[in-house]
Amino acid sequence: MTDMSVQTGAPRRTAFELARRYALFVLLAIMLVGFWWAQPAFINSANLFSILQAVSVVAILGVGVSITMSAGGFDLSVGSVAASSVMAASYAMVVLQFGAGETFALVLLMGALIGLANGLLIVKVGVPDLLATLSTMFLLAGLQLIPTGGRSITAGMMLPDGSTAKGAYDPAFLILGRSRLFDIVPLPVVVMAIVAVLAWFLMERTRFGRVFYAIGGNETAAHLAGAPTKAYRLWAYVISGTLASLGGLIIASRVGRGDVSAGASLLLDAVAASLIGFAVLDKRRPHVLGTVLGAIFVGVLLNGLTMLNAPYYTQDFVKGVVLVGALALTFGLGKKKR
Amino acid sequence: MLRKGLLAPIRANRPSHSSKAIRQRKTSTNRTLTALSTLSPSSAAPFAVAVSGVEKAFGPTRALAGADLAVRPGEVVALMGANGAGKSTLVKIISGSLAPDAGTITLGGRTVSFASPREAKAAGVATVHQATDQAGAGGLTVAENLLLDEFCGRGPLFVSGRSIRKRAAAIAAALDLDLPLDRDFIDLRPAERQLIAIARAVAAKASVLILDEPTSSLSTAEAERLFTIIRRLAASGMAILYISHRLGDLAAIADRAVVLRGGVIVGEFAQPIDFPAAVTAMIGRRLEAAAHSGEASTAPSILSIRNARLVPGARPFDLDLRSGEVVAITGTLGSGKSRLLRVLFGLTQLDQGTVTLDGAPWLSSGPAASIAGGVFMVAEDRWASSLLPPETPGASIAGTIALPHLPRWFPSGILDTMRERAVGNDAIRRLGIKAKNADDTLDQLSGGNQQKVVLARWQAAPCRLLLLDEPFQGVDVGARADLITAIRNSQSASATLIATSDTEEALEVADRILVMRDHSLFAADDGHGSLTAAIGSVETAETRTQP
Repeated sequence: MTDMSVQTGAPRRTAFELARRYALFVLLAIMLVGFWWAQPAFINSANLFSILQAVSVVAILGVGVSITMSAGGFDLSVGSVAASSVMAASYAMVVLQFGAGETFALVLLMGALIGLANGLLIVKVGVPDLLATLSTMFLLAGLQLIPTGGRSITAGMMLPDGSTAKGAYDPAFLILGRSRLFDIVPLPVVVMAIVAVLAWFLMERTRFGRVFYAIGGNETAAHLAGAPTKAYRLWAYVISGTLASLGGLIIASRVGRGDVSAGASLLLDAVAASLIGFAVLDKRRPHVLGTVLGAIFVGVLLNGLTMLNAPYYTQDFVKGVVLVGALALTFGLGKKKR
Repeated sequence: MLRKGLLAPIRANRPSHSSKAIRQRKTSTNRTLTALSTLSPSSAAPFAVAVSGVEKAFGPTRALAGADLAVRPGEVVALMGANGAGKSTLVKIISGSLAPDAGTITLGGRTVSFASPREAKAAGVATVHQATDQAGAGGLTVAENLLLDEFCGRGPLFVSGRSIRKRAAAIAAALDLDLPLDRDFIDLRPAERQLIAIARAVAAKASVLILDEPTSSLSTAEAERLFTIIRRLAASGMAILYISHRLGDLAAIADRAVVLRGGVIVGEFAQPIDFPAAVTAMIGRRLEAAAHSGEASTAPSILSIRNARLVPGARPFDLDLRSGEVVAITGTLGSGKSRLLRVLFGLTQLDQGTVTLDGAPWLSSGPAASIAGGVFMVAEDRWASSLLPPETPGASIAGTIALPHLPRWFPSGILDTMRERAVGNDAIRRLGIKAKNADDTLDQLSGGNQQKVVLARWQAAPCRLLLLDEPFQGVDVGARADLITAIRNSQSASATLIATSDTEEALEVADRILVMRDHSLFAADDGHGSLTAAIGSVETAETRTQP
């Protein structure tokens, strides 16, 4: 057996590596064809764009997570930042009577500042990444409830001091979540595509991305090569926080109210998208393209299964199976045998 | 079977070796055969470990093409070979990390086949690897690490801190090691980790001990202590397979040297080992002795250090480096060599004193400022300090070289990978790096070639002062000669300061050798090539610092 593998080892491994490289693309194609065959309505453009719209927020958050991961960190607070952003946007418009533009600026700034706080806690205070962002996650999950006394924010709601909120959602704000480009592409999908392209360019085609990855690979080496590693790590969290708040804005503009339970599963979905992305193109590292594809992969699978009448409570199980499979593909299967 | 194992190397004789080497091998065979006939006229196999006809291929590359090797109990056998000769593969096969494609391994006369390093370990084959970060577990103290195998195996269920400490102290004392038992493993220097790995192997009562480059991160005094330990272990009947690039080590410790090249044993030398012949057999060509004379004394001064004190209480010293000069600082581990380089690179500060670079005061705020000012440093332990894991973008030869130069090469921020590749390919040609192309990741290269890439990184930009900390760590003799040529050829208008604990290396590379002891420099000579004086003072200093 060993003799045979020596003789035929080289070409077979190349074919196998090719299979590993494109495994997720192939599986995605198989899934699309399979669901189409089982349910022809699956493949119409409205449904496909609804899938993309459904995954857009997760993909945007996942991009933030993968940027922090590439710099050797891990942002666990993205879900809470997005949820707080929903509440902050609603509070700004409904209670403080801000317009759409001011709300956008305020919420994005809030996301950036939370990212900065995360970064400072990690870089300056020296708290490990996971623990720092875990505590921020808890802090925000609680903080977002305090201004409204734990209630969801809707126009005309009763405030904790007994008065009634005078403001309402700015119709201009709702355009982001509810309108379509050329009447077909939902705006969130356009935003996701822009974020993905910009982030991909930053991470794969600029020296800044190279340094992010160098820090994640070997921080000492990056430092000794003259890279300002602390500044880079700080920026990774600022980018991640800003993207998370952008995700929150999309949710708020789609839902049109400040729902306290918005963004419950966002963190895990975003992390899962990043991790599934490791397997895309056999990169074995966080990367933007993989993260977006990972999010789409899960979205297609859930949408297809829903159309085939799979019950909603199987969704997390399905996500788990995909994640386990993708990670096994990344780290285990096909690693050269001894 | 037994005889075949011994005779095979002779049959594998190639006409490319000098007649002296062949004579040496014949002598060695005669001696071993005589020894065998007197020791064991009838009994089966006195070998603690023997491999015969071992083959291993990785894809199209044949790492081992029928290698034979045998070590008797109580014998120290040196395994020599250039990078890529198959040493690591052979070691991995004996220690159970790799399965051979063909051939047999016998342990104490019994044919064995290890499915894992753990099985090999259980059978009594202990391996001390070159990578010291795997020598123990971070988060545990040194004492706990010494007993780690016991905890992981069939140790007692309950352990008290006091008994751990007591037994660990006993293990350390048995080997005459002065280890900081309460320190966390993670805080240890590579040299201390190495000692722990050796102590663990001994504590596990191994019958065969494989040492892979054990002295690469040890100072001379520590290496001497290690040799004492090895001799004692050999005397107690342990078979020791010793892999080292340092000829000095092998002369001091080996009973027999076996040379591996191209996956087969090409020579076998008994004591007294004819090292020139062994080296010739190893690299397949003669090694030119590098001798340098200090002609640079009239050149302009680049670096001057005045009244410098590295740490409080140390004796202040002065140092001048001239343009085109290569100066080596040698001294024991912890003598302050690395610290001086770190000061110049801006990673730490002098306690007192002034540093002048090209006539202007030099006070770097950190690596970025140093690199901008033309002061480059190659830190010791390249995987910890310079290289990236293979899945990282920029872990290729091209990316590794480019990393510190990215802001200057690509001010707009957008990468031009063609430019990186061009620099990488140029380095491959110039330094003779063995690689397919500049896209190869560093883990595919041998240690010597990895170090060439790290050197190429800092030769890719104009340099004023190049600092090299242990640049020949884990580098074979052939690659070391290439590195030395590269270091010396690039010295036109810059100065080079090398810290090495190996006197031999210092002699080969430097115009001038200085000795560092107790964080202070002791001048060795006047820069006129009086290297004999330099050795004299080095040896004196080392004798003085020995406990």
